[in-house]
Amino acid sequence: MKLTWGQRVREARVTLWTLIVPPTVWAVHFLTCYLWVAISCAKAGAFPRYPWAFVAGTVAALAIIVASGVIAWIQSRRPGDPPPHDKGTDNDRLRFLAVSTMLLAALSFVGVVFTAVPAVMLTDCR
Amino acid sequence: MLTLLSGCNERQSMFATFGLTAERVAALTIFMVVAGALIFIAVMALSRHAIRAPENAISHTQGMRMVLWLGGIVPAVSLLALLIASLPLMRPLPVTAADLVVAVEGEQFWWRVRYPGPNGGAPVETANQIRVPVGQTVELRLTGADVVHSFWVPGLAGKMDMIPGRENRLVVRATEAGKYRGQCTEFCGLSHALMAFDVVAMEPAAFNRWLAAEARPAATQAAPGAALFEQYGCAACHAVRGTAAVARIGPDLTHFGARATAAAGILPMERQAVARFIRDAGDVKPGARMPTYAHMSAADSLQIADWLIGLRPTETRP
Repeated sequence: MKLTWGQRVREARVTLWTLIVPPTVWAVHFLTCYLWVAISCAKAGAFPRYPWAFVAGTVAALAIIVASGVIAWIQSRRPGDPPPHDKGTDNDRLRFLAVSTMLLAALSFVGVVFTAVPAVMLTDCR
Repeated sequence: MLTLLSGCNERQSMFATFGLTAERVAALTIFMVVAGALIFIAVMALSRHAIRAPENAISHTQGMRMVLWLGGIVPAVSLLALLIASLPLMRPLPVTAADLVVAVEGEQFWWRVRYPGPNGGAPVETANQIRVPVGQTVELRLTGADVVHSFWVPGLAGKMDMIPGRENRLVVRATEAGKYRGQCTEFCGLSHALMAFDVVAMEPAAFNRWLAAEARPAATQAAPGAALFEQYGCAACHAVRGTAAVARIGPDLTHFGARATAAAGILPMERQAVARFIRDAGDVKPGARMPTYAHMSAADSLQIADWLIGLRPTETRP
């Protein structure tokens, strides 16, 4: 039987590995922006020739962060025992990881936007 | 309050602007202060409201929603808006190959200034005074000769470091003619605070006339001061174009008398002040490399001062 996207999302399990996806995307985006400009300015002597690549990279990074945030949000709303969710059960562990992932995704979203705005607005090496 | 007000002046102030960049900086400063004040008032009002509200005035869900909006979304969006408002200022003014390039070198404790020669002639070197044409883009190439200095003309543009072995570029555009002042803003030694310079923004036609006059050799004539200048060995460090003095260790004195101040913005251009500096530069400027002439008589120093102050370019009318 073929699973729908909604089913896949509900079937997926947030883990410590998926938890680090949004900050990792943020880090990669940050390093790409800074290193690309720095290397281009130092070695080629000019701002990277394709400024729209920053926009494309930023949109891609934001898409991944939003996707992991949405998946985490859906999983954080699993039906089950009433709050507080602070027991050592599988369900509570999953909820904790999901909420943490969602908050990290929100933080990473803001971080990526704040990194991208200067890169897109300042197309100058000086 | 009086101490603060003593900073108010027309010649060297971020708020007495005469340059494009400084005008934008002043506008952004006001915008940021107002925005910061509004945010502060809003936070204080909310705190007051929260402290005075009875317990359980809002539900847990309402509280969490408030944290989401007022603690997350509103601050992120406000900061993003402030960032976007400030970013255009970080973009330097555009500059073309045809724009005037002035080289400025910071030395303990004075400024070496070099203009391109008029009509493609030899560069014109002067010191402790920078002239810029109003309404034209000027690229300042800044470097340090000995230690790190920092170039700041608050009314013109932001500050920029002058680092030995490195050339930093500051693009400026004066908008209003007048006499202003700049100051070293990176601690560079004993007389760091006494390392200032005059800035003159002038109409382009007047600037071109001035540069042509500045490029000429010194308007000197046989005077007792000229002979004493040679006798005391001043030419070992200083240049006065048109005479035998060509050394480049100290400031160029070719048109010394035409500058608004002496000793890099510290002394008035008056014979007593200049004579005092000649005899004991270290007394005026501790740490200056110019030696003390303790054996020089007051009369001799006044003679040299008179000759130096008389060195003014002959202005030609177009």
